[in-house]
Amino acid sequence: MDILEYSRLVFSDYTLRTITLGTAVLGGVTGMLGSFAVLRKQSLLGDAISHAALPGIALAFLITGSKDTNVLLIGALLSGLIGTFWIRGITTKTHLKSDTALGLVLSVFFGFGMLLLTFIQKQPNANQAGLDKYLFGQAATLVESDVWLMSVVTGLCLLVLLLFWKEFKILLFDKDYAHTLGFNTKFIDVLITSFIVLAIVLGLQTVGVVLMSAMLLAPAAAARQWTNSLGVMVLLAAILGASAGVFGTAISSTQNNLSTGPVIVLVASVFVLFSFIFSPKRGLLFRQIRLIKNRNDLEFQKTLTFMYHIVEDHEDVFHPHAIKILNNFQGYSRKGLRQLISKNYVTVNGEMWNLTPEGVEAATNMYNQNLKDD
Amino acid sequence: MTSAQIEIQLIASLVAVACAIPGTFLVLRKMAMISDAISHSILPGIVVGFFITQDLNSPLLILLAALTGVLTVVLVEKIQQTKLVKEDTAIGLVFPALFSIGVIMIAKYANDVHLDIDAVLLGELAFTPFDRLFYNGTDLGPKSLWVIGTILLVTLALLFAFYKELKMSTFDAGLATSLGFSPAIIHYGLMSVASITTVGAFDAVGAILVVALMIAPAAAAYLLTTNLTKMIVLACFFGVFSAIAGYWFANYLDASIAGSIATMLGLVFLVVYLFAPSKGLIAVLYRERQQRIEVSLITFILHLKNHNETRERHVNHLNEHINWQKVRSKTVLNLAVKNNFVTIDNNIVSLTEKGNEFTTKAINYIVTNEDAQIEDMKKDFFLFRG
Amino acid sequence: MEKIAVKVDDLTVAYNYKPVLWDIDLKIPEGVLMAIVGPNGAGKSTLVKAILGILKPIAGSVSIFDKPYDTQRKHVAYVPQKGSVDWDFPTTALDVVMMGTYGSLGWIKRPGANEKKRALEALEKVGMLSFKSRQISQLSGGQQQRIFLARALVQDASIYFMDEPFQGVDATTEVAIINILKELRKANKTVVVVHHDLQTVPEYFDWVTFLNVKKIATGPVKDIFNDDNLTKTYGINYKVSIQK
Repeated sequence: MDILEYSRLVFSDYTLRTITLGTAVLGGVTGMLGSFAVLRKQSLLGDAISHAALPGIALAFLITGSKDTNVLLIGALLSGLIGTFWIRGITTKTHLKSDTALGLVLSVFFGFGMLLLTFIQKQPNANQAGLDKYLFGQAATLVESDVWLMSVVTGLCLLVLLLFWKEFKILLFDKDYAHTLGFNTKFIDVLITSFIVLAIVLGLQTVGVVLMSAMLLAPAAAARQWTNSLGVMVLLAAILGASAGVFGTAISSTQNNLSTGPVIVLVASVFVLFSFIFSPKRGLLFRQIRLIKNRNDLEFQKTLTFMYHIVEDHEDVFHPHAIKILNNFQGYSRKGLRQLISKNYVTVNGEMWNLTPEGVEAATNMYNQNLKDD
Repeated sequence: MTSAQIEIQLIASLVAVACAIPGTFLVLRKMAMISDAISHSILPGIVVGFFITQDLNSPLLILLAALTGVLTVVLVEKIQQTKLVKEDTAIGLVFPALFSIGVIMIAKYANDVHLDIDAVLLGELAFTPFDRLFYNGTDLGPKSLWVIGTILLVTLALLFAFYKELKMSTFDAGLATSLGFSPAIIHYGLMSVASITTVGAFDAVGAILVVALMIAPAAAAYLLTTNLTKMIVLACFFGVFSAIAGYWFANYLDASIAGSIATMLGLVFLVVYLFAPSKGLIAVLYRERQQRIEVSLITFILHLKNHNETRERHVNHLNEHINWQKVRSKTVLNLAVKNNFVTIDNNIVSLTEKGNEFTTKAINYIVTNEDAQIEDMKKDFFLFRG
Repeated sequence: MEKIAVKVDDLTVAYNYKPVLWDIDLKIPEGVLMAIVGPNGAGKSTLVKAILGILKPIAGSVSIFDKPYDTQRKHVAYVPQKGSVDWDFPTTALDVVMMGTYGSLGWIKRPGANEKKRALEALEKVGMLSFKSRQISQLSGGQQQRIFLARALVQDASIYFMDEPFQGVDATTEVAIINILKELRKANKTVVVVHHDLQTVPEYFDWVTFLNVKKIATGPVKDIFNDDNLTKTYGINYKVSIQK
């Protein structure tokens, strides 16, 4: 199946429609909530939570013997929460720093999860196949009820976001101040964290525990580059997340043997790279262009000033001088001279140049400007 | 025990020691998550290296992949410098992208590469004894043993050679710079060692469990000692213990050795986290409770010294003004009486001479910001502690 | 007798059970402009944060106009230290100032035209109206400080707590803050400022509290701002040339 065929089938084929809808909804909700994780400087917490969810999935299967998504996700939710609380316990009650706590919980829980998964695989008569889709995600296994669950959570999340928008904003920006205004900051805190954990758990089936955190970060990091408004950022992150989900799923379903997680993450990473480079205000490309332009402007001004200094001692400021003299000046270049000519500040006749009245005026203005600035 | 079993345990132990040493410094330098980033992002390096060398144990592959690890660190730092995103976000963006590339490469060329996703996540410790090194037809033992052994020797040599520099730049970067040790060289040196170790250990325990072997032993050791040398030794011990215990546990369950080792590491850390003598959870909770009462006691007797009015010294004032609940007031009051700091007469509390002396000294220490001295004073004055 | 705006009783605060403020009793009369001075680590910011309930004290109580602080929040406005927030947050100057209205709005309700009008007025007062749509990271340090000040003004409180508002600001901002302080006093508001520049205390303030873990002295500047109290507070033999 190639991409064209895929896009044709999306509208007619039931399975494809379900998968596409599912990944779009998932990308939307993780992008939205990811904005909050990024702004709270909790970028790596998502990584720890998603890895910590793995043993929960395995244990839920071992205990219930069921492969029902909802049962497994409840297991994931519980063990993700235990991981989160342990991280908090380590950082608040010992002198270990948060990075150690995150790395420790992430790797140890994941290792335990893998132990359980390999243990389950060796069990006779267990219908165990398919649990490993939670490692890297398999969007193809999404069914309608999964999409419904995602949509309900997304709807709920959207509702809470709209209701508590101003509370979320003030908590993110200035928690202490929010407290003095009488807001229960702990409640808002718990509300945001719960939704982030919920979104991570929902994404495990599609993106997998290993790469889920990128789903949270990448759309938000990309969106941040294009706007200075929190509302637009959240909206844009949701759109970018949804697009990454849809494109990633489309690409991976057209290839054999490819988990959806890595492809979605790669698409989202391309969004980030593009935003880092091409965003008009913060992007690296435009930053570089502005830098070069400023340098050119400066050289242009310096050249004009230099010329003015040569002519100002002369009775007639419009008197021609040899181009050769300009070679003594470091900032001089042919390009700079052409620029001056095109602005009609300078005219050139053969090997001689002279300033025009406009050029003299511009130079004196610049000169006075510099005096004022000092 | 068969010789294969011994070899597996030996390899696992060497991996544990090789990881624990750089891990200790990563934990101390608050860079634990960097090891997570490195362990993920070396994957594309390993895959490309494998295309070239066709041998997971080739030195060239190890160097290539380790280079990817160092590049990751550089890339993360470059992104941080642009100030486009916050620091930890930079880490969180780089390694999933590189890891994804690696996973996709493996999936696309699955037929050409004898690497599979399970090996990436878990390593193949159980198979390491079968890939052996021969010289002139003589069996020199498993290749992995040689690889990780060499890495460990280099690590140890570097550790002994630069111990002083490492120690100083970890605990006092400013002093180290002023003495002429370049923090950048030590930083990238450590990153290179961590990367090489990760690649070497990757084969045995997989991408994510390398992180467990680096962080968990060091974190547990951190809770038990403040001495760097002891911390390294303890971390190595915890690593080796978990490796061997993990091996037998996996043997018993017939499940992944690497997963089992990580589980053991988690259990070791949990036990230390709960029971470490002064930095463990139980000790901390006990001390906090004691300190809460003692600080309250000092607050209370300071208050008595500050105020002579009987109204301020009435027992009920404790509840009303100082804003404590009944139980707390009672505990504090009892402790004060037991220690002969106060006498209660008709519900009016007065400082005794001893209480007065203690308070005067305490105030002195507090105002001159030497409140550490109060701890010593408590030893002299307190008959009963909180 | 004059009305007491803020009354602090037996306030003791500890960080990790290490005491940073001991048994503070403080009465701040209504309508004064008070500076809290003391050396680094004396607990100046801690005192303000404890009064505002941001830090939980281990003992003591705070009342505002003779009622417990919790019921009187709407009378109190706060200007935190500039460095306490991330200025790269995606929002505009006007938006930050609008946050000052959130308290009176309460949960869920959104700010409307009236709130916006109040925010614009406050921006005008601090001379920042032309920067209202500016992303906050593109403001200078002094401008950021004025945004914080405007945010507190919007709260329209009776008591203002300001944590080091003069720290690292340009001359324009310093003048703007002083004018606001004067205006607030004219309106009989109470202002408490954590301050580190001793030279300017007699010029800007009429009331002062010396703090070094304990309260050293509190009262009118003209009565108690002297070498004796300064020495007691700063430990070493402290002399400032005081222009009276």
